[in-house]
Amino acid sequence: MLELKNISFEVKDDGQNKDKDIIKDISLVIPDKKLVVITGPNGGGKSTLAKLIAGIERPTSGKILFDGQDITDMSITDRAKSGISFAFQQPVRFKGIQVFDLIRLASGKKISMADACEYLSAVGLCAKDYIGREVNASLSGGELKRIEIATVLARGSKLSIFDEPEAGIDLWSFQNLIKVFEGMRKNIADSSILIISHQERILSIADELIVIKNGELFAQGPKDEIIPTLSGTDSAIPSCYKGATAGGDGK
Amino acid sequence: MIQLDEIQKRLLKEVADLHSVPEGAYNIRSNGEALGRVSTANIEIVPKTDVSGIDINIKPGTKNESVHIPVVMTQSGLKEMVYNDFHIGEGADVVIVAGCGIDNCGPGDSEHDGIHRFFVGKGAKVKYVEKHYGSGGGSGKRILNPGTEVYMEEDSSMEMEMVQIKGVDDTTRTTKAELAAGASLVVRERLMTHGDQKAVSIYKVALNGDGSSADVVSRSVARDTSYQKFDAVLTGNAECSGHTECDAIIMDKGTILAVPGLEANSVDAALVHEAAIGKIAGDQLIKLMTLGLTEEEAEEQIINGFLK
Repeated sequence: MLELKNISFEVKDDGQNKDKDIIKDISLVIPDKKLVVITGPNGGGKSTLAKLIAGIERPTSGKILFDGQDITDMSITDRAKSGISFAFQQPVRFKGIQVFDLIRLASGKKISMADACEYLSAVGLCAKDYIGREVNASLSGGELKRIEIATVLARGSKLSIFDEPEAGIDLWSFQNLIKVFEGMRKNIADSSILIISHQERILSIADELIVIKNGELFAQGPKDEIIPTLSGTDSAIPSCYKGATAGGDGK
Repeated sequence: MIQLDEIQKRLLKEVADLHSVPEGAYNIRSNGEALGRVSTANIEIVPKTDVSGIDINIKPGTKNESVHIPVVMTQSGLKEMVYNDFHIGEGADVVIVAGCGIDNCGPGDSEHDGIHRFFVGKGAKVKYVEKHYGSGGGSGKRILNPGTEVYMEEDSSMEMEMVQIKGVDDTTRTTKAELAAGASLVVRERLMTHGDQKAVSIYKVALNGDGSSADVVSRSVARDTSYQKFDAVLTGNAECSGHTECDAIIMDKGTILAVPGLEANSVDAALVHEAAIGKIAGDQLIKLMTLGLTEEEAEEQIINGFLK
């Protein structure tokens, strides 16, 4: 279980000599065995919140507890070791590091080629075509995104965070992605999944929804209660629009 | 059967990936003397009479054979200059593994300067691997200055893998190549310097024949206060294509100077150069840290991958 207690995050505003609030006094709980989706308008602070949880950013004030342990001052590495995974919205490229290397590092142990291939197959990539490829600019945005998700699957963490997994993925892959999350939900055991998204299809597979607007917690509750309040807002975009414009695979 | 001591074995493993005496033709040179030499039916190794060095004569049509000519130096203060000429017959397809390992535990500088000349016959195919390695805790420097000249006849091809990852204090590597019509040259250089080491790589490639091509790519890492210079000039004198690339990671207080140069003397020459120098990207470190690696482990993985 992850608990945020009165989390605030400020940055220096360039040009004006004052602090800008990105996250304002947010308190919330991500329970075990739940798939929770954080949604809300662009620029509302959703991705920042995910980075605060993974340790990439540090809160200005407030506490973060993971399974009761205060992790507020923990490094990215220690949080990862304690069971937090993070899939980047824009996956990082590495010259020379192969897809297999990345999945092996993610799993944290010696794994066979066959094991690694399973994670790639799970995200809809033909494993034998990708396992030996370099994670470099020769891969399309959509391919990188799926490899990024495969690294989180390989970690099998207590808490898996996905920052806008649908961004840069074509419509065909998007259907596959939903299946990946449905599969993760089915095998959730004692873990939890946190997805940042404004994709209606992703919202629909959530147990709980959290709405963040202007850096503040706007609403939190079971999906059936929250979804009706979102219709007509830009927090929920039907997949036929979003998927069609976000294609990155060139396929 | 030649006898190798433990240091010689270790150096041979580093520079030529050899655990014992290689199969096929070889010439192992240690501390200025030939430690072992074997010719085969198709590959003849003959010592030069006027200067120190050997001639390696590869018969036309020789297929799938290899030549190993590693050099090891374990005697501090030794300085040598060696001339090795490779005559590769028409249509041959061979692998040549060279390389020099220096272990210097003493106060004197150890230096090996080798001039390798390749005469690649029509349609011949050569894969050439040259690794440099240094070890030993003495105050004497480990110095290597290899000069390579490549003369490629029509439709020949050569792939050169040049590697220097550790322990060489001072090196100036000069490679010159002349390509006739249809010849193709691929160079892959991997270099890492640390401490106050200095490494200079100079490439001068002349594309003289129609349909010739060259691809010279260097990946390097400069750590601590080390210095690197990459100076690659491609000259297009015919209808040809050439590409040169320097991709470098700079760390600590290292210095890297990349001087890519192109000279087109024919309207049909298509030449491209690329050079990029930068530190390890912060998001690369963060990504690997979110997988549970420490910052140091992440750095190591990124460099290992980059130089792989």
